[in-house]
Amino acid sequence: MPHTITEKILLKHTKAKDVHPGQFIDAKVDICLGNDITAPFAIEEFEKTGAKKVFDKNKVVLVPDHFAPAKDMKSANQCKILANFAKKYSIKNYFEIGRMGVEHALLPEMGLVLPGDLVIGADSHTCTYGALGAFSTGVGSTDLAAAMVAGEVWLKVPESMKFIFFGKLSKWVGGKDLILHTISDIGVDGALYQAMEFCGETIENLPMEDRLSMCNMAIEAGGKSGIIAPDKITERYERAIKNKSRRGIGKFYSSDKDAKYSKVKEYDVRKIEPLVACPSLPSNVKPASKLKDVTIDQVVIGSCTNGRISDLRIAAKILKDKKIKPGLRLIVIPATQKVYLEAVNEGLARIFVEAGGVFSTPTCGPCLGGHVGILAAGERAVATTNRNFIGRMGDPTSEVYLSNPAVAAATAIKGRIAHPDEVI
Amino acid sequence: MKNKMRIHKFGDDINTDDIIAAKYLNTTDRAELASHCMEHIDKAFAKAVSAGDIIVAGRNFGCGSSREHAPVAIKAAGVSYVIAATFARIFARNSINIGLPIVESKEASDRIRKGDSVKVDTKTGLVRNLTRKESYRFEKYPPFMQKIVKAGGLMNSIAKKKR
Repeated sequence: MPHTITEKILLKHTKAKDVHPGQFIDAKVDICLGNDITAPFAIEEFEKTGAKKVFDKNKVVLVPDHFAPAKDMKSANQCKILANFAKKYSIKNYFEIGRMGVEHALLPEMGLVLPGDLVIGADSHTCTYGALGAFSTGVGSTDLAAAMVAGEVWLKVPESMKFIFFGKLSKWVGGKDLILHTISDIGVDGALYQAMEFCGETIENLPMEDRLSMCNMAIEAGGKSGIIAPDKITERYERAIKNKSRRGIGKFYSSDKDAKYSKVKEYDVRKIEPLVACPSLPSNVKPASKLKDVTIDQVVIGSCTNGRISDLRIAAKILKDKKIKPGLRLIVIPATQKVYLEAVNEGLARIFVEAGGVFSTPTCGPCLGGHVGILAAGERAVATTNRNFIGRMGDPTSEVYLSNPAVAAATAIKGRIAHPDEVI
Repeated sequence: MKNKMRIHKFGDDINTDDIIAAKYLNTTDRAELASHCMEHIDKAFAKAVSAGDIIVAGRNFGCGSSREHAPVAIKAAGVSYVIAATFARIFARNSINIGLPIVESKEASDRIRKGDSVKVDTKTGLVRNLTRKESYRFEKYPPFMQKIVKAGGLMNSIAKKKR
């Protein structure tokens, strides 16, 4: 029976002789992940079972990144629960601040998730790792607890949707715009329960960091996972990772030519311009060029979607030797310590600060209305993050517009939503 | 089964930030989570809801973040069933894993109005609307999920397997 890449990876991780969409399986996990919001619940459940150890101390990853560095006493206690648990069970991959980064930027960067892996994370954006050619999906805390005990997760084999992108990307258009375009086309539940497979000549030429941005937001279309077949770009990315204790560069799967898809969509990317998702759903997408009358109070550049070095380079290119609009707040958050150092060494941090912005330590912070940039009543933000729900970044009457880093940087200069061509 | 309850209606795409805002995620205290349930979209809900009530919502209920705090807050608020046209994936599996009963039925979601008297019968897979004298069929959990539910949630089901 022909299989999609998703089905092949699932088959490799289960005892079942074959897999087909709709089938329930128990699957072995290569990595399970939790953070300071989701892991405390999981740890409570884990301890209740009386388990003496985790199934594999090298395969559990704990990252306090959401409310860390601890924003208040309660958050400090949540982070402490992770630290204590990691110590008690000798969990190697616990990342205290100083080593910590936004989890979905950190794990690929460290080579902790590999092509062909089956990964679950108690965080909805765990779908990010599909960019590496892994099956990777968000679950809840109880799932994480069960996986820490047994090394397994129950899954329903998803149907797959195929998204074929062709044509050359226009200037200032990247992975973020491709995924916003896709979500706007199919809606926030357009891929409910399904694996979203991205392919075509545009994807074959798309840099890894753009692929990560795309797969990151599969969940915003209701997807169970996003995935891109590993190729030369994947191999180059994996070989460049300097981490001696990693498990190699993974296993490269691809879909059979006659594999079955529930739906096939084709997009001519030459027609796509820099996009913005307006409040309060990621599917409410309009071209940045049509939103020039929307004034903005705060710009956030960072997150698991767009906080990587390539994102900061784009933003710095636009902000170099310029000042942000007086009265507007610009917050730049490199996603990991490595990105932070690169941004310092390349002079990007200086550009942001001289433009009038702040340059923060890695954290999920404002993306979920946690800290480091909460919005007041009625304020509006442009953010390179992934969700623009009501009150997502602060007061329920505040608004979030989602964009790529180029639009965000241009907006910071203009004080209103701007196309990058207006400022450079 | 006595399943007479009050109905709380919600629309499409109710996300987990709506159900429990991120600022309350620095705790695992069930009662506290319940006291802020639906705060961003319906300030009165947490006070109005009482044990046995039913939430009836539209499409894609529970979309967004994976926070288990969302079904936990709903369960701790005393809600006995969530009925929706469709559920977002992670919310659905979290509900099953923690034992919050969910019912997927577009018809029930469309037809049930605030004030209706409704009974859910999981054995027959029927939602009965006593006010409108209608009933709506729903797909029962597949056997794989029923095992988890019967065991009293995922952790019990895992413990059973290990024995």
